[in-house]
Amino acid sequence: MDNQYKVVHCTINGKEVSQIVDVRASLTDMLRNDYRLTSVKKGCEVGECGACTVIINGESFNSCIYLAVWAEGKEIWTLEGLTGPGGELSDIQQAFIDEGAIQCGFCSPGFILTSWEIVNSGREYTDDELRKALSGHLCRCTGYENIFRAVKKTMLRRLGKNEEAELVNSQGITEYPDPMPFK
Amino acid sequence: MSNKYIGQAVKRLDARDKAMGRIKYADDLCDKGALIIRVLHSTVANGIVKSIDTTEAEKVPGVVKVFTCFDLKEKHYYPTAGHPWSTDPAHQDIADRLIMTDRPLFYGDDIGAVVAENEVAASQALSILEKAVVYEELPFVLEAQEAMEEDAPLLHEKYPNNVLGHSEVHMGNVEEAIKEPGLTKVEGWYETQPVQHCHIENFICYAYGEGDRTVIVSSTQIPHIVRRVVGQATGMDWGKFRIIKPYIGGGFGNKQDVLYEPLTAWISIQLGGRLVKLDVPREETFICNRIRHAIKYHITSWMRPDGSFAARTFKAWCNNGAYSSHCHAIAAKGLNAFPQLYPCDNFDGETWTVYTNRSVAGAMRGYGMPQASYAFECHTEDCARAMGMDPLEFRRQNLMPVGYYHAFSKNELYSDSFNQCFDKGAEIIGYFDKVEKYKNQTGDIRRGIAVSTYWYNTAVYPIALETSSCRIVMNQDGSVQFQLGETEIGQGADTVAAQMIADTVGIPLDMVHPMSCQDTDITPFGTGVYASRGTYTLGFSIKQTSMLLKEKILEAAHQFTRMPVFNLDIVDGMIIRKTDGRELMTIGELALSKLYTTEGSQHLTAESTYQIKSNAYSFGCCFAEVEVDIPMCRARLLNIVNVHDCGQVINPMLAEGQVHGGQSMGIGYALSEKLMWDTKTGKPLNNNLLDYKMSSFMDHPRLNAAFVENYEPTSAYGTKGLGEPPVCPVAPAIRNAIGQATGIYINELPLSPHTLFREFTEAGLIDDSFAE
Amino acid sequence: MYDIKALYEAESVEHAVQLRQEHPEAQILAGGSDVLVQIREGRRAGCEFISIYMLDELRGVSIDEEENIRIGSLTSFSHITKDPIIQKYINVLGEAVDMVGGPQIRAIGTIGGNTCNGVTSADSASTLMAWDAIIELTGANGVRRVPIKDFYIKAKVVDIKPDEIQTAILIPKASYENCFGHYIKYSMRNALDIATTGCSVNAVLSADKKSFERVRIGYGVAAPIPVRAYTAEEFIKGKEITEENIKKFAETVLEDINPRDSWRAGKALRRHISVVMAERALKECVELAGGEING
Repeated sequence: MDNQYKVVHCTINGKEVSQIVDVRASLTDMLRNDYRLTSVKKGCEVGECGACTVIINGESFNSCIYLAVWAEGKEIWTLEGLTGPGGELSDIQQAFIDEGAIQCGFCSPGFILTSWEIVNSGREYTDDELRKALSGHLCRCTGYENIFRAVKKTMLRRLGKNEEAELVNSQGITEYPDPMPFK
Repeated sequence: MSNKYIGQAVKRLDARDKAMGRIKYADDLCDKGALIIRVLHSTVANGIVKSIDTTEAEKVPGVVKVFTCFDLKEKHYYPTAGHPWSTDPAHQDIADRLIMTDRPLFYGDDIGAVVAENEVAASQALSILEKAVVYEELPFVLEAQEAMEEDAPLLHEKYPNNVLGHSEVHMGNVEEAIKEPGLTKVEGWYETQPVQHCHIENFICYAYGEGDRTVIVSSTQIPHIVRRVVGQATGMDWGKFRIIKPYIGGGFGNKQDVLYEPLTAWISIQLGGRLVKLDVPREETFICNRIRHAIKYHITSWMRPDGSFAARTFKAWCNNGAYSSHCHAIAAKGLNAFPQLYPCDNFDGETWTVYTNRSVAGAMRGYGMPQASYAFECHTEDCARAMGMDPLEFRRQNLMPVGYYHAFSKNELYSDSFNQCFDKGAEIIGYFDKVEKYKNQTGDIRRGIAVSTYWYNTAVYPIALETSSCRIVMNQDGSVQFQLGETEIGQGADTVAAQMIADTVGIPLDMVHPMSCQDTDITPFGTGVYASRGTYTLGFSIKQTSMLLKEKILEAAHQFTRMPVFNLDIVDGMIIRKTDGRELMTIGELALSKLYTTEGSQHLTAESTYQIKSNAYSFGCCFAEVEVDIPMCRARLLNIVNVHDCGQVINPMLAEGQVHGGQSMGIGYALSEKLMWDTKTGKPLNNNLLDYKMSSFMDHPRLNAAFVENYEPTSAYGTKGLGEPPVCPVAPAIRNAIGQATGIYINELPLSPHTLFREFTEAGLIDDSFAE
Repeated sequence: MYDIKALYEAESVEHAVQLRQEHPEAQILAGGSDVLVQIREGRRAGCEFISIYMLDELRGVSIDEEENIRIGSLTSFSHITKDPIIQKYINVLGEAVDMVGGPQIRAIGTIGGNTCNGVTSADSASTLMAWDAIIELTGANGVRRVPIKDFYIKAKVVDIKPDEIQTAILIPKASYENCFGHYIKYSMRNALDIATTGCSVNAVLSADKKSFERVRIGYGVAAPIPVRAYTAEEFIKGKEITEENIKKFAETVLEDINPRDSWRAGKALRRHISVVMAERALKECVELAGGEING
């Protein structure tokens, strides 16, 4: 049968846009091909690696397993949208740079977006909650350590806890007073 | 030269672009109109392709062309390893690969390809084509030692018993030495599993015609080597190919092999130079690129009552998969490393690299040493326990002593690196207190702490050529661009190179610009990055080239300042008179004047090659603290500390990043990762990121990296290897810690619940009466 | 780009039912975290699909007039976890679905999809089994309610008629009242994984909190479909809260479960951990309910 197309209206990085898309397209396809937002990366195309993460209506989604037609009416953010009009970086982007949380950079766009969602929540996450909130991304370069630092520091700074933020790097060895049975 | 930038935690130069999402990787650069290639892979583990009926696949709308192994009219066998070429045929890599083959040797071997206008058409055609292949199936073999048996299927006719490489090392006389009375013998089998690199960007390349040549843009670590191999694979002149390497999303050694560049280039040529793209799906990355060798070891040690070694033997069988890739190099590296770590006068060692019908093993971060370190350091722990000695003291007593010299590599241990690393790590993690605290535990939940160590060779001298080339070009404002054959693959090579140039030339770092993307038409020749040599090797050509440039700058400065060159220097972008420190002119004024002068206008540039004829020992250790939930058969890593002596640390932030990455890979290696094949069909079972358990954010504790900086005297900037070493000691440290916690010392990887369940059951640690 | 032959987008539940009748070959696409992956794998390539993802009327958690907890079938895992009704009455369900994959999967994955795919490893399934959930299906003839134990027919096959879609999952008041539950997901890593075996236990204690009034236990990956361990439940009913009884309860689960050997995990390991999980999960329930072991 003939290919099916549909006009999809949505807001991308703060701008209302519309585009005719093939109904078979994933949101990754639409963002990369139709809008040339190439920060959206393809690492597995089955929702395991998190490299294609975008923010849809305030939540992180894997755009590879999200049909483009579902974007209708949604508010979508990609990493390109976090940089200000004059090239100003957001605090979370800057923290990724400052903490050495970027190596090859391929997982970085997705990680930064999920981190942005976390710091935007206004909540103070525990270390374990932070790990869980970031666990939808795989990274082979950093061992996640410096990403953890970047997110935790930015979260604390947003909450006005600058002194605590400065201590994040030196919290090397973790004390576990009690046994932790798996349950 | 003074170190203004060297030793500083300079932020990586590409970090801002990466944080903005505007760095371009191969797929971001490729035109949307590219034709899509999908590879037809063998669905038998060993066989002969009798026929492939392409009729139905060609009918799929959007399909442009279907190629099969039978379309390859000229068979040019080629090697794939990212090794420097040798003009001596005896030292060349084994050429056993074809662009497509009618004699598939593993499940996933390349037997054809589909080219289509879009990915849906390509995948539809591919699934039709998969059913249109007629095979003659042959028996297959998946394990190295089985492949060496007389009746095993033979993969390559030139290699009887499937042995593609064998080497031996003998020292002293083991047979005599073990007659010494009072010796304690410790013997063990140690087995490591196959794993994959899992860089988040899959391998991708695209190719198109330009003039009478083919341009290939590839996610590779080794652009200049790719050009040579594509030439060899197609039977064409090497200069007919131009390779461009953009930013890449990780490599870890997988992209130190030539992967699908020959096929992609060949297809483009068949299609008159049309733009074709091959973006390898993750599932194929796992099994059709390269993997880490599974190696099985047998080690025996005889110890005197004082804990010294009287004699040792070592045997290793290295499962290489279906094609040679890195040939015997990985097995040989382990064998050569063993007698150097804990020297012993009497030693017999032997190792085999064996073809099997599994995915091809190649280079992967650590190059055989994560496997070898596991075997070495499990065994060392077992020896210490057998002698009733403290494992750390036992190591200190037997390790390579200060001043140790290795005649072949000319490596020397210049400093007390091992003990310094141990001392630092033990203090950070609180080793001695915890060792005491964790003794004699009972109960379901127990803790343990342990250490392991390694040595690592920084570069590849004298086994292979070591050469590095650098070009530095000065602009009118005194800023410079530089180019290197050493590629930026995420490790930060561009940044450390810029730091070195800034300090050596004497200009501010923001005036030094890397030309990050290699292009074989433009970039001076270099073999790329592999081993742990980048910072070491590029240092030589950078220092030499920077000094050449500085010489030219000072000569030019003489023209404008009338001062003798020997009285001039460049400090912080300023030409100064050394005698009184007066600032004479800025480097920008100088560059501008020299270019536009009507008397002797000159473009200030320098280029040179340095051939390195040295190598350097790199050292370190890992301390791991674990908690084991015995009934649940789970080990959890609580704390990990790696300490490395990589010489002068050029950039502490980037160095720390290398350690974290290695630790992470080591944690997965120790606890969860294993690529598996169905023994009945030879089919891979878990070639995807869900079933292959690379560690997630929730599987890691905080990672700790520390350094001991003993300046390496052979090195241009005092550095030695760090890229690979951090992964090496992790798995044995975790294994030894689980052993301390439970009394169960396990000699295989990974230490997953499957393994712990079996071992705990056998040891009677868990009551399994009801779980038959 | 997915190999989709045709995509029919439902605009309402009625429209979805109509599309089901018009396109009997078409498969239902909810959040797509399984179905889209299977299209890419080839298992569902080239098929027709009815997308119900845009039906916001099927999202959200409420208490209906019969005091059932009503979970719209398209409610995502992340929204279930965050929902105050879930947190108050059946927090274990929120915890269980908070262990699916990673956060992004939990944002797209729906509880309806998780049950309709008929997979034994679904993290919601053992809890829904253990809480006697009711599946609500809407078809041409209106609404039909099926107890979840009957909804699962065999591996990957559930009781959905050709004209139906699943519209809600209900938890009856009798099920959630005074009941406390705990779920343990046993998997090979702590995120981005499917359960090797999952165990969901809930308990209602006697008024004096000395004995078990009712205990229910459901398993995933202990059989081809999610199952209950009724023999163990019967055993513990009315028993005192003692270490010994809990241990016996845990061992009794082996009467009803039948995990298999696969390359993902051996039968022996699954049986072993099933027992350990039952014990630990029930102990957690006792604690949540304010009881005390050997108290």
